[in-house]
Amino acid sequence: MAGKKERLFVKGNEAIAMGALAAGCRCFFGYPITPQNDIPEFMSKHLVDAGGEFVQAESEVAAANMLLGAGACGIRAMTSSSSPGMSLKQEAISYMAGSEIPAVIVNMNRGGPGLGDIGPSQGDYFQSTRGGGHGDYRLLVLAPSSAQEAYDMTYDAFDLAFASKNPVLILGDAIIGQMKEPIVPREPKAVDPEEGGDWRLIGAKGREHRIIKSLFLMDGELAGQNMKLQAKYDAWKKLADFEAFEVKDAELVVVAYGSIGRIAKNAVRALRAKGKKVGLFRPKTLYPFPEKALEKLAKEGKRFLTIEHNLGQMVEDVRLSVRRHADSDLFCVYPGNMPSPDDFEAPILRALGRK
Amino acid sequence: MSRITVSEERCKGCLLCTQVCPVEIIRQSERINQHGYKVAEVPAESLDKCTGCASCATICPDVAIEVWRSKKPKKAA
Amino acid sequence: MSKPTSAAAAQEELVFTRPASLVDRATHYCPGCHHGIAHRLVAELLDEMQLAENTIAVASIGCSVFLYNYIDADGVESPHGRAPAVATGVKRARPDKFVFTYQGDGDLASIGMAEIMHAANRGERISVVFVNNTVYGMTGGQMAPTTLIGQKTTTCPGGRCKDREGSPIRMAEIIAQLGGTAFCARASLDSVKNIRQAKKFMRQAFEVQTKGLGFGFVELLSGCPTNWRMSPVAANKRITDEMIPYFPLGVYRDVVADGTCGSLVSGGE
Repeated sequence: MAGKKERLFVKGNEAIAMGALAAGCRCFFGYPITPQNDIPEFMSKHLVDAGGEFVQAESEVAAANMLLGAGACGIRAMTSSSSPGMSLKQEAISYMAGSEIPAVIVNMNRGGPGLGDIGPSQGDYFQSTRGGGHGDYRLLVLAPSSAQEAYDMTYDAFDLAFASKNPVLILGDAIIGQMKEPIVPREPKAVDPEEGGDWRLIGAKGREHRIIKSLFLMDGELAGQNMKLQAKYDAWKKLADFEAFEVKDAELVVVAYGSIGRIAKNAVRALRAKGKKVGLFRPKTLYPFPEKALEKLAKEGKRFLTIEHNLGQMVEDVRLSVRRHADSDLFCVYPGNMPSPDDFEAPILRALGRK
Repeated sequence: MSRITVSEERCKGCLLCTQVCPVEIIRQSERINQHGYKVAEVPAESLDKCTGCASCATICPDVAIEVWRSKKPKKAA
Repeated sequence: MSKPTSAAAAQEELVFTRPASLVDRATHYCPGCHHGIAHRLVAELLDEMQLAENTIAVASIGCSVFLYNYIDADGVESPHGRAPAVATGVKRARPDKFVFTYQGDGDLASIGMAEIMHAANRGERISVVFVNNTVYGMTGGQMAPTTLIGQKTTTCPGGRCKDREGSPIRMAEIIAQLGGTAFCARASLDSVKNIRQAKKFMRQAFEVQTKGLGFGFVELLSGCPTNWRMSPVAANKRITDEMIPYFPLGVYRDVVADGTCGSLVSGGE
């Protein structure tokens, strides 16, 4: 059929790896941890076949530091892990942010804290959006809710990382990683080999040598660097993205992201069919958080129910966004439990009924 | 005639050079540089004993010493 | 000092001066600290082997964190212990560059033990300069993995005790046994003769990278007069009398010399 695009039936993990490959990712450094092993496994074959470099590092710590090295040279590189491994990476991530090194990092969130479980959760929201490591820095955080979104967001992540010289984080979870769905892949990007220009380390031929570092000891230097970083994060505000479903005449807006956002959408659909005026606001960027769009809805007099797979993390950002006009109720799905749309109906109706 | 020069600015007065000179002509001077170090020196009267071996410069951690070595005399044409 | 006349000047040649790749500035290192010597050897080799313009240096955490201010080559800072991993990323990203790390004993043998062993085992085409002075220098002289038995430091004030703290670790011997290591040696910076030998070993550790043979490693026994509470001259004597007997000098692995370079490289190269 003319114009029909090729569709592939893949796990979310595979979609992420494919998106990276199509985006021109040249180096992947990873380590085994459930539920993201499909990513390094895919890369160990397909990235290598494509002429790229794959290293199964000795630890998530090492992998994150390899990413730092490759990024310092202006090469598109990625690492992936899941919650406990992400905790290990935080130091390197802080260094990358402080040194302004582009990189793509993938976290397929599992249950925590500690060893937790191998199922989905959204318990890493704070870690992802509040820096995660030491110091005042942020990551651009993208939250897919499907394999296609996972592919697309990863595909775009490298451009975003290089444009802002900062790590970008794709925050999925075990459901998104392991569930198989059809995706439509995109055209492989043509990456400019000179991408990164005059900050990359490529050998100091005929010029002053470049230093990539995050240590600033002289009077006022670190303050200046921090101001520069904050200005960068402020400029990200225009990148805030979200999905708004049936919010126009909604009295109650459910706020949820990722796989929970998708499940909540089904609950909202079912309740709409019963005549309930509810809608869904699904942030697609968790940092920058789409606060302006949410505030606008609050100004219109809507009420909010945050549903998330943790003990209440994103709800703080929701409350901050709507604080001048409204509050947000919270329904937690405890990590370790798996929600279905039916589980959301009662809390949504309760919140709707509260005046 | 071989000789060395010691940068008074860079010398940190560690005196490692004084330990390795085969003709023992390097000593600590009484001069203190801007950084507070008593610098090493070759007294003028000893300079002609320098063999140009560069042991002092080799062990100097601060590259404070330059070494000139006398060229072998050219044979007459 | 009196300057020679121009006639006398024609009779002499400059045989020792600052190498081009060593930035002309005073260093922050203590009097008698061997970092100055080690940095100079690195710079001399980068010049002699014509590598400087293609070099990416990976600095580590310790007194030498400012390496990138002294070596005139592109450089990146790495977290404590992670330089071999960062260097792996650099070399995999830009395989045509000359990549080296420069690390102290706390950085390499304590927090970085996993990274150095695995980079060596994988045979990463990088070169590692390991400056071993048996203490954590920058942070004020704490016990390090290479601190000698009986040696007093700020975190073993009674002297290192084998039962409590274990024995000092001999890194050159360990690295030599890992599959990807192409050259591994230990040298010392306490004497002119040993410094010249150190440069030879360092050159070999660099050459196994330029020849694509594998991982190169040179351990340099060095002094830390400040934290040893000694004069620089006494510190050198400590290296000679106490460190060299425990950390013997020499070559521990050399695939070129023992003719095994053909079998070293992995997977179809």
